[in-house]
Amino acid sequence: MGPETLESLQTEAIEEILEAYPAKAKKNRAKHLGVDTPEGVKGSCDTTRSNKQTVPGVMSQRGCAYAGSKGVVWGPIKDMIHISHGPIGCGQYSRGGRRNYYIGTTGVDTFVTMNFSTDFNEKDIVFGGDKKLKKALEEIDDLFPLNNGVSIQSECPIGLIGDDIQAVAKMHKKETGHQTVAVSCEGFRGVSQSLGHHIANDMIRDHVMPDTSHRKDFESTPYDVAIIGDYNIGGDAWSTRILLEEMGLRVIAQWSGDATYKELAIAPKAKLNLLHCYRSMNYISRHMEQEFGIPWLEYNFFGPSKTTESLRKIASCFDEKIQEQTEKVIAKYTAMTDAVIAKYKPMLEGKKVMLYVGGLRPRHVIGAYEDLGMEVIGTGYEFGHGDDYKRTKEDLKRSTLIYDDANEYELEEFVKKLRPDLVAAGVKEKYVFQKMGLPFRQMHSWDYSGPYHGYDAFAIFAKDMDLAMNSPVWDHTTAPWEKEEIGA
Amino acid sequence: MQDIDNIVNGQKLFLKPEYQEVLKNKKEFEGNAGSVNPEKVSEIQKWTESWEYREKNLAREAITVNPAKACQPLGAVMVGLGFENTMPYVHGSHGCVAYFRTYFTRHFKEPTPCVSDSMSESAAVFGGLANMKDGLRNCNALYKPDMIAVSTTCMAEVIGDDLNAFITGARENAEGELDNIEIPYAHTPSFVGSHITGYDNMMKSTLEQLNPTRAERVVDEERINIIPGFEPYLGSLKEIKNISKMFSDKIVMIGDHEEQWDTGAGEYKLYAGGTKIEDAKTAINANATISLQKYSSIATAKTIKNKWKQTFETCNPIGLSGTDAFVMKLSELTGKEVPEELKNQRAKLVDAMQDSYPYMHGKKIAIWGDPDFLLGLVSFLVEMGSIPTHIVCHNAPRKGWQADMEAILAKSNRADECNIWPNKDLWALRSLLFTEPVDFMIGNVYGKELYRDTKIPLIRIGFPIFDRHHLHRYSMSGYEGGINLLTWITNGILDQLDEETKDIAETDYFFDSVR
Repeated sequence: MGPETLESLQTEAIEEILEAYPAKAKKNRAKHLGVDTPEGVKGSCDTTRSNKQTVPGVMSQRGCAYAGSKGVVWGPIKDMIHISHGPIGCGQYSRGGRRNYYIGTTGVDTFVTMNFSTDFNEKDIVFGGDKKLKKALEEIDDLFPLNNGVSIQSECPIGLIGDDIQAVAKMHKKETGHQTVAVSCEGFRGVSQSLGHHIANDMIRDHVMPDTSHRKDFESTPYDVAIIGDYNIGGDAWSTRILLEEMGLRVIAQWSGDATYKELAIAPKAKLNLLHCYRSMNYISRHMEQEFGIPWLEYNFFGPSKTTESLRKIASCFDEKIQEQTEKVIAKYTAMTDAVIAKYKPMLEGKKVMLYVGGLRPRHVIGAYEDLGMEVIGTGYEFGHGDDYKRTKEDLKRSTLIYDDANEYELEEFVKKLRPDLVAAGVKEKYVFQKMGLPFRQMHSWDYSGPYHGYDAFAIFAKDMDLAMNSPVWDHTTAPWEKEEIGA
Repeated sequence: MQDIDNIVNGQKLFLKPEYQEVLKNKKEFEGNAGSVNPEKVSEIQKWTESWEYREKNLAREAITVNPAKACQPLGAVMVGLGFENTMPYVHGSHGCVAYFRTYFTRHFKEPTPCVSDSMSESAAVFGGLANMKDGLRNCNALYKPDMIAVSTTCMAEVIGDDLNAFITGARENAEGELDNIEIPYAHTPSFVGSHITGYDNMMKSTLEQLNPTRAERVVDEERINIIPGFEPYLGSLKEIKNISKMFSDKIVMIGDHEEQWDTGAGEYKLYAGGTKIEDAKTAINANATISLQKYSSIATAKTIKNKWKQTFETCNPIGLSGTDAFVMKLSELTGKEVPEELKNQRAKLVDAMQDSYPYMHGKKIAIWGDPDFLLGLVSFLVEMGSIPTHIVCHNAPRKGWQADMEAILAKSNRADECNIWPNKDLWALRSLLFTEPVDFMIGNVYGKELYRDTKIPLIRIGFPIFDRHHLHRYSMSGYEGGINLLTWITNGILDQLDEETKDIAETDYFFDSVR
């Protein structure tokens, strides 16, 4: 498909989609949809409206502030207990689904995949739940003595009934000396999970950063770095960490995949913060820069091109010894990743991909697809902000549909119109497109495979994309009696 | 590094020595007890397995750990999806709906349509009327439903939004666009009951609001309604319909979500199957209604019995006697004899039970799940001579359930070895399993961690099950469902027997090819 045809098809698709909406919703949605091109002076990436209220009554793929705080930022901190404070549902639905891998004895010294809830009933709503929370904190310390802190993650009713969870946390901390953080991340706050990330970061800033207990005796080296915003989905942070260590750096903290409380507390001792998910953790990186003078660097470990580029960028912050070592690391892996490309590119080249994810992936994974010769023709964020879209522009290689807070109706129509060869999005979308006979990969959970970060992980990514695209199962979608006879 | 000829994923990648080195290095910075003091971890771990810990654990009053229940709106969404061309609509934040859709999608491996009106801070202050006005119109324009089934979240309930007034307001505001759409609604606060309460509330409200008043009732002597309850096994719905058809064409399932979560490849359609709205609107005219889940239909029963003055029956067609009772009830209500085909099915189930009983007999089993699921499964375990040692029902209703369960256990000659644990969570069960171990567990995906910790084999039956495929397609109801239960449980036990006898020249003298 020529570039002009692609662009006009994309523009047409947007126009058709908007027609279905009532006037008010149409006006709103028009500002969130557009097309951008690498050459575009001011394309959709510069102008797309984002981080705004979702149109009511549609199937949005967005989550809530609680999901952002508990599910993303706090939840993966493994040696703390995170209480879902409020009714039973939120904790249950967010349990164990994000694949934040960790090593530890669950229920004894690590707690990530468990669900702690204050299980509100009507009485708690009417009379307030502070007493129950206080008691819950005591029971937790009694039954789980090796927890290194507790966070209280508010569900919707807490803010609405006006419970003072901050006071309860403060009192518990004073009485026991045990770190206790109350996070007011009620689901109705903000427009998506994004505000939850920000609120969660603020609480780390206010409660964890001032805790110098672990920092006092910590012996720094000039090569100390912290991984920020890698949630270790399927082991991503580990496949990241190995490269940094091979470069000669010392990773002193992993925020917040396979993280411990101590790692959060010693991060201000790092010489450089390495930020992978900009959306969820830029706030705390900026704070550490201001407060402790630690520079931060965004990097992208999806696909060999971006990984190599990022490794050099990281190395440039250090001395020649590190830079030389980094070149050796790159050389060591290049042969392998070249072999991966040689093996899989012939089967994937020219295939069109549509992405729809959250966080950093709508732009970060583009390079990995390009390395395999695949073309991304549409991308968008569930909860991105303006700066995410501006950052996306650099990664566009061709005319690309840009959709912010797309709902299921829009995605379905885009896919029907543009007929990509692969859709890469979340579980709620997965079966919709597979029913149409389209290969699909979940880009939140790596479809229970992974990791996808770093060089070794790229081999897995390539293998998984080939598996998705070239499985014989897609050929079975149409029954033989419905297939047109060849030559007829 | 990856070997290009044998690329492995994280499962094996992290076992390579270089990664083991990375993980070892990391401990230097972790500072949690496991990295600084493995002996302490081991000591506490052993303590969590003790009677002392069990007493503390069971005495918990405030914190729930690893629950076996979810919240009301989840059940309400299931009801909505049981009707033809119906969009479930949750009045509240879209975060909840993202969770409901994900939860169901992971269980059924199917799309789950549901919208919300995305209430946020402004709605918290001013109420959600504005969201409802736009939301219903947008939902109608995009998804063209015949019915929109509205339920609430805890947020909408705490601020006290009045659905009746809001929906009336939204209709008036919609310039006629919503005139031909049915919009039943129910208040489903997440802080009351569990997902089965939400199922009940939505079912009751839908039936009340769609049907005329009793004065206009035109009784159809032959018609019978069947309400399935919160049923995660689609095959069960199919089988119940098959059995019903053998008695009469006038038996109608109300809230039939079988097809919605079981559609074929080729194209995607938003809605599939479901009870016809016309049938839902005439439910009052039936001679009788049978609910298959007593505790998922407490409020619905009141409406049908007291307001509609209709015969209301509950049957729990899981296992042999549960299915017998259901079949006899149909026979009684339709005045027809039990058909040969069903007699034959029953005989086959009994035959199968007699073939396999030695493996299930005397086995101690821990089981958890929803109240009606447990009544059915425990009944089957007792029929097979198993000992349901720990029965955990986290959302056990206060009235009646325990007595019903005791009546089932009374049929067992090992009843004194069976324990009912209402309103306990799975962390409590963990203590029970360590202090009073069982041979097998039956339950949902959350039993996986109990399996890891206690090594007691888990047979997956229940909701949700995320980590195994296609179990939900089968039936656990009716005689054929009984054969499925028997197959799953017996073969689970045989798999374990093989596992325990597979060590060469040590235990494999019992590694038999014939069982």
